[in-house]
Amino acid sequence: MTQYLDFEKPLAEIEGKAEELRAMARANEEMDVSDEATTLDAKASKMLEDLYKDLTPWRKCQVARHPERPHCRDYIDALFSEYTPLAGDRNFADDHAVMGGLARLNDTPVMVIGHEKGDDTKSRIERNFGMARPEGYRKAIRLMQMADKFGLPVVTLVDTPGAYPGKGAEERGQSEAIARATETCLQIKVPLISVIIGEGGSGGAVAFATANRIAMLEHSIYSVISPEGCASILWKDAEKMREAAEALRLTAQDLKKLNVVDDVIPEPRGGAHRDRDTTIQAVGKTIERMLKSFDNQSGEELVHNRRRKFLDMGSRGLAA
Amino acid sequence: MNWITNYVRPRINSIFSRREVPENLWQKCDECGTMLFHRELKDNLNVCTSCGHHMAISPRDRVEALFDGGIYAEISVPEPLADPLHFRDQKKYPDRMKTAQKNTGEKEAMLVATGEIGRTPIVVACQDFSFMGGSMGMYVGNAIIAAAEEAVKLKRPMVLFSAAGGARMQEGILSLMQMPRTTVAVQMLKEAGLPYIVVLTHPTTGGVTASYAMLGDVHIAEPNALICFAGPRVIEQTIREKLPEGFQRAEYLLDHGMLDRVTPRGQMREELITITRMLLGLPPAIRGDLPPPDPTEETVAEPVEKTAPADLDPKA
Repeated sequence: MTQYLDFEKPLAEIEGKAEELRAMARANEEMDVSDEATTLDAKASKMLEDLYKDLTPWRKCQVARHPERPHCRDYIDALFSEYTPLAGDRNFADDHAVMGGLARLNDTPVMVIGHEKGDDTKSRIERNFGMARPEGYRKAIRLMQMADKFGLPVVTLVDTPGAYPGKGAEERGQSEAIARATETCLQIKVPLISVIIGEGGSGGAVAFATANRIAMLEHSIYSVISPEGCASILWKDAEKMREAAEALRLTAQDLKKLNVVDDVIPEPRGGAHRDRDTTIQAVGKTIERMLKSFDNQSGEELVHNRRRKFLDMGSRGLAA
Repeated sequence: MNWITNYVRPRINSIFSRREVPENLWQKCDECGTMLFHRELKDNLNVCTSCGHHMAISPRDRVEALFDGGIYAEISVPEPLADPLHFRDQKKYPDRMKTAQKNTGEKEAMLVATGEIGRTPIVVACQDFSFMGGSMGMYVGNAIIAAAEEAVKLKRPMVLFSAAGGARMQEGILSLMQMPRTTVAVQMLKEAGLPYIVVLTHPTTGGVTASYAMLGDVHIAEPNALICFAGPRVIEQTIREKLPEGFQRAEYLLDHGMLDRVTPRGQMREELITITRMLLGLPPAIRGDLPPPDPTEETVAEPVEKTAPADLDPKA
């Protein structure tokens, strides 16, 4: 059963009707519904196409947060072999909102790190909805430093609403952990590439995405604050999230124009959740291509270029 | 009408209006409510003389009190793109900027200056909470990079006073990108072997805390300053419980190992002198008052190189 988003309601009706017809036909052998069902299918397909052709920023936020969207774990399972998770920050705990470890991408060993949101109630709670605590960032720091030591490229998959705003997280230095993770991203002498696969939520995303190359899925978002948060601060009304999403310019397309991301990976019609395999394979191809582009760069060049990239950001604005 | 209404009355009025009592002679302490005389309050660096509460102080007042004889040279900051996203909420971003500029008399939320403290040359970056909540946008990022570059060029330590509600939402993703950008600035200082001291003042929150404000060699905070990533209200809404007294305040962070020291504003200058001189391997500072500046000279016109004594080069 597909979960429909609120703007997909009309689509849900048509697809529901087609399904009903087919169910009736299955129950009653004499009935021939194939013509009507095909018409409905075509109508649904056209509608899906139209809906996703020009998604508003707020709708993109909804798609980026779709519960059936492929998550970090799905990408790791499908794209990497010999994935060996490594746990713990060696200080306090292992944060399940962040997963990472050694893995092979086409036989090349890499370090893969990402936020995992979970895909049912139990795993979502266990993963804290992808909101990392300081331990998660400190685990990522540890893994990045290990990759640096052994010359392994680092691939990060970003999908988080943001760093967890909790009491313990603050006590254990959430800000310091994020700052150090960003610092580590800027220090390591190995290629660091990042793909924003869903939500790139503020500082919690920056801590992983301060990379040599950054790619974003077509309907993913990357923002300084959630549209709801922005609306409640600037509009004093959390219901103005549509306006806020518009103003924040958080879509992959706008971020490409601003030179904040390098590549936008197209999603299948109807979003990543409607064809998970195709999406995952497209991300895999992009990761391979991005990794290859660093073949001739020395560690010093990688660090220098990464810093340069960020220092140069902001020189280009959006057209009015 | 006649010369009485046209000429005499305005003259009389103007004489009286000149004698009007200037406003803001007295300021009420936010904490204990004591009425404080403005000159006394200024002499005490905006710290309540009755309860010790630290009120906000403008970057200009702060650096003037910090540098020897109030002499410093302002470092210019490269101008970023204005309104790169054409951001508009209930107001347009450029309009919000104009209001902030009018209210503060400042161009942006950070002042960068160089000068001497206890005859120790340093570079200072000072964030202005009164300017759009001190929020970190392109300008603040550029200011920190300019400060770090200047410090590296002159081989001087950098002291940064932080005060911000976080990133500037009106610059969207570009404000977020100041986290890595300012981190690069901190790395420049570290690689040049120069001390980077952060003084966290009330309030320092969000993306500012999660980047340059938490990457210092030494972290000092002013008493009772709120220092956090997520603000207390957001946390209370998330975990649905009341937070303990003093949560996320400077003393609490000191207890939890995030700060080196909590130091009252009145002692900050001395402490910064002591720490920077030790980190640079310099002899102890000469105590006591330094000669006052020459009143005939413009305070900002003083070239700093000329006044720098030879023994302050860390390599000497």
